[in-house]
Amino acid sequence: MGHRLGFACKKLLRMLLLLLGVSLAAFLLMSASPLDPLQTNVGQAALGTMSQEQIAQLEDYWGVNDPPLERYLGWLTAVFHGDMGTSLLYRVPVTQVLAERLRSSLWLMAAAWALSGTLGLLLGTVAAASRGRWPDKLIRGWCLLISSTPAFWLAILLLMTFSVWLGWLPIGLSVPIGAEANAVTFADRLRHAVLPALTLSITGLANMTLHTREKLCDVLESDYVLFARARGESMPSILWHHGLRNMALPAITLQFGSISEIFGGSVLVEQVFSYQGLGQCAVTAGLGSDLPLLLGVTVVSAALVFGGNLIADLLYGVVDPKIRARIKAHRQRGGA
Amino acid sequence: MPPLLMVEHLSISFTQYDRGTHRRVLPAIRDLELTVERGQVAAVVGSSGSGKSLLAHGILGILPYNAHMEGTLIYDGTPLTPERIAALRGREIVLVPQSVGYLDPLRKVGPQVGRDKGVVRSVLNRYGLGPETEGLYPFQLSGGMARRVLISTAVAASPALVIADEPTPGLDARAAGRILSHFRELANAGAGVLLITHDLELALTIADKVAVFYAGETIEEAPAGDFARLDDLRHPYTRALWRALPQHGFHPIPGTQPYPGSLPEGCPFAPRCPRRTRDCGGEVPYRPWSGGFVRCLHPEREGTA
Amino acid sequence: MAHALNQRQRALLLAAVAVLALLAVTAVGLLLHDKAMVTDFSRKNLPPSLAYPFGTDWMGRDMLSRTLTGLSLSIRIGVLTAAVSAVVALALGTAAATLGRWVDAALSWCIDLVMGIPHILLVMLISLAFGKGFVGVVAGVSLSHWTSLARLLRGEVLQLRNAPYVLMAEKLGRTRLQVVRDHMLPHLLPQFLTGLILLFPHAILHEASVTFLGFGLSPEQPAIGVILSESMSYLTTGKWWLALFPGLALVGTVALFALLGDRLRRILDPATIHQ
Repeated sequence: MGHRLGFACKKLLRMLLLLLGVSLAAFLLMSASPLDPLQTNVGQAALGTMSQEQIAQLEDYWGVNDPPLERYLGWLTAVFHGDMGTSLLYRVPVTQVLAERLRSSLWLMAAAWALSGTLGLLLGTVAAASRGRWPDKLIRGWCLLISSTPAFWLAILLLMTFSVWLGWLPIGLSVPIGAEANAVTFADRLRHAVLPALTLSITGLANMTLHTREKLCDVLESDYVLFARARGESMPSILWHHGLRNMALPAITLQFGSISEIFGGSVLVEQVFSYQGLGQCAVTAGLGSDLPLLLGVTVVSAALVFGGNLIADLLYGVVDPKIRARIKAHRQRGGA
Repeated sequence: MPPLLMVEHLSISFTQYDRGTHRRVLPAIRDLELTVERGQVAAVVGSSGSGKSLLAHGILGILPYNAHMEGTLIYDGTPLTPERIAALRGREIVLVPQSVGYLDPLRKVGPQVGRDKGVVRSVLNRYGLGPETEGLYPFQLSGGMARRVLISTAVAASPALVIADEPTPGLDARAAGRILSHFRELANAGAGVLLITHDLELALTIADKVAVFYAGETIEEAPAGDFARLDDLRHPYTRALWRALPQHGFHPIPGTQPYPGSLPEGCPFAPRCPRRTRDCGGEVPYRPWSGGFVRCLHPEREGTA
Repeated sequence: MAHALNQRQRALLLAAVAVLALLAVTAVGLLLHDKAMVTDFSRKNLPPSLAYPFGTDWMGRDMLSRTLTGLSLSIRIGVLTAAVSAVVALALGTAAATLGRWVDAALSWCIDLVMGIPHILLVMLISLAFGKGFVGVVAGVSLSHWTSLARLLRGEVLQLRNAPYVLMAEKLGRTRLQVVRDHMLPHLLPQFLTGLILLFPHAILHEASVTFLGFGLSPEQPAIGVILSESMSYLTTGKWWLALFPGLALVGTVALFALLGDRLRRILDPATIHQ
């Protein structure tokens, strides 16, 4: 156990270092921006009517004149005390905004993650098992089409079809307009999340399907499958006993590594559906030059991505018998 | 009783791309003839790259999708159709593969040897493998253990025909001899064994007859006893192989075997043959010749009626 | 054979057709640029017809011309950014594999870092740093897409470095540069080319996405992202053609690039030799 714990600790440390790097990189990029937050948020006309004092006050608020490094170090120290600053647009603590948005986004991403993963595994298996014949061609063509489709256009298309044309589902917003936040029922939330989740699942599908197909084709061409066929095993039995076993590990790794793409998709999809999640928050913060909030979103999304990778790494150790045997040998040697 | 397995005019070819968009058909096995009897070990001997493994895959109906097979296979007196072989393989007809790479790397050995736990235990025990072997993964097996596990997979099915595809690579002579003796035991118990190997010397230790394979063709079939004397062998290549054995002077054979894509017209051995004449560039039939078979216009051994 | 052409010839033909189609769209889009800007209020909000196959918008602009102009712009930006990305990947991948352990570790860390930030977010951030617009989106897409290819090329170079003929060349006293030029680059070329072409679809999609979000090309330009972003305001009033056709055209373009990359990989990859 000690060995694996050490491995996990090393990975965790590397992840924290990377997060630090991400926050610094994001901070430097944002402070390098030539865009004037006053012009974007207050407007040229309004600025013209203001006194020097008022403008100086505003500049102070948006942090225009502070040296970047000093600001970053200040931000970092505060973060270690659990304070990620105050959102300039919403005028509430960044942690509060992030917590709210993360809650609604996590549902969306988890649903899409699970759905695209299972469906992708299934479609990929069908394609590999019927390699070269029409189901395979159909699935591959479909994947090519999906991976060429921008997530936001797919969202618009679904919105046009199901909300505008058929009128089955609401047009936007993660909660009904005008409703009190606590008056929103679970069913309401669900109705508003169906289309965004569907869009995200469809976009995530292609990668998983093609990867599963490729991996499974390799497995089916392997010597051990040849031998299994020589021993009279049927195709379903081969898929079940050898295919799934040898494919599951890379598939799970891929799916945990795909969090970055799912988050990327959620930024676009949430924007189209006006879904009040983390992705939409990133766009608002970016357009409004809300540095603390955008920094917060970036760090949280990177943490999600690194967390996914970490889980994938750890799972390898649990599932792969070679690594397991090595750990066991290591432990026995250590104990002797 | 009909022979256990008859292979007649078997040809296997591949479709391949060589350079850019040029596609061609590669003949890997041409016009192969072979008979395996019950209780006998028939060895097919040829150097690597001569298409021997394909013979095993062809009989079992598990050739890759870009391969094309022609000819007749007759098993126990009845043609071996794709449906029939699908029902027989793994039960009556079994394969002993080359290496541990033919076992699923992520599955323990026990369930890979067979479904029935009792049978697995007794078969492993027969080959001196303890019950702890069942819990190992293939990568944890040593070379000799792996061989014995692979034989166990075949024996667990109590087969009538055992096809062993190069079952002894990487083993020293003593270990290889021990493994081969297991195949002799199977034949003595009544099964037919088709032993495919590159090692003539080892094959002769257990085989009843030997078919020599050259560039995708069987060029001679001889009773194993004929290999005791050079003069009893029929084909110039077989004689060259005999002279190349350590106990007969280790004489190398000049030249190399042609690649399936660049076969000469007529006899493929002609370019290296001391007895070639102009006729060797034409059709060379495979014919019975003094108690065996030969594919040569000018056999070395005198024909007897 | 039932088919006159074998698989590889068909792949080559398909690739050629894809290249021609993309060139044609680029050229036509450039020629139509002025027509795409013409406003005419006597013909505004027209649904698709023979005269205006893609319809017109609320300012009476011809959507077909706007779409083609936008596609042309997308293709040009895609080619530019993919090329920059691929060159960055080649340089950094080779550097990581040849310049020693510390450079390798530092670059690996950088790759992990860049891969840790979701693509869209990173493109947004870089574009902001460069003040958005054309420069912003080109910088954003170019500087965020090199990671996977760099990692791939690094692995490839590491393998080549231990190849017997490279070790031999080093023993024979060839300089590092000569070895890289004569013995490594020729082997990297197929990987590099397919990597480059497979970058196009991503580059185009991300340019369109970031522009759609408002972090890319300016709203005055007839970019596909801008067109689709504008169409959002007219969805509820039933002007479906504003979103449908430009989007379809974009999907078609990206799919052509993806197909091109796939076919080229199939021809260049020795592993598919039997198909």
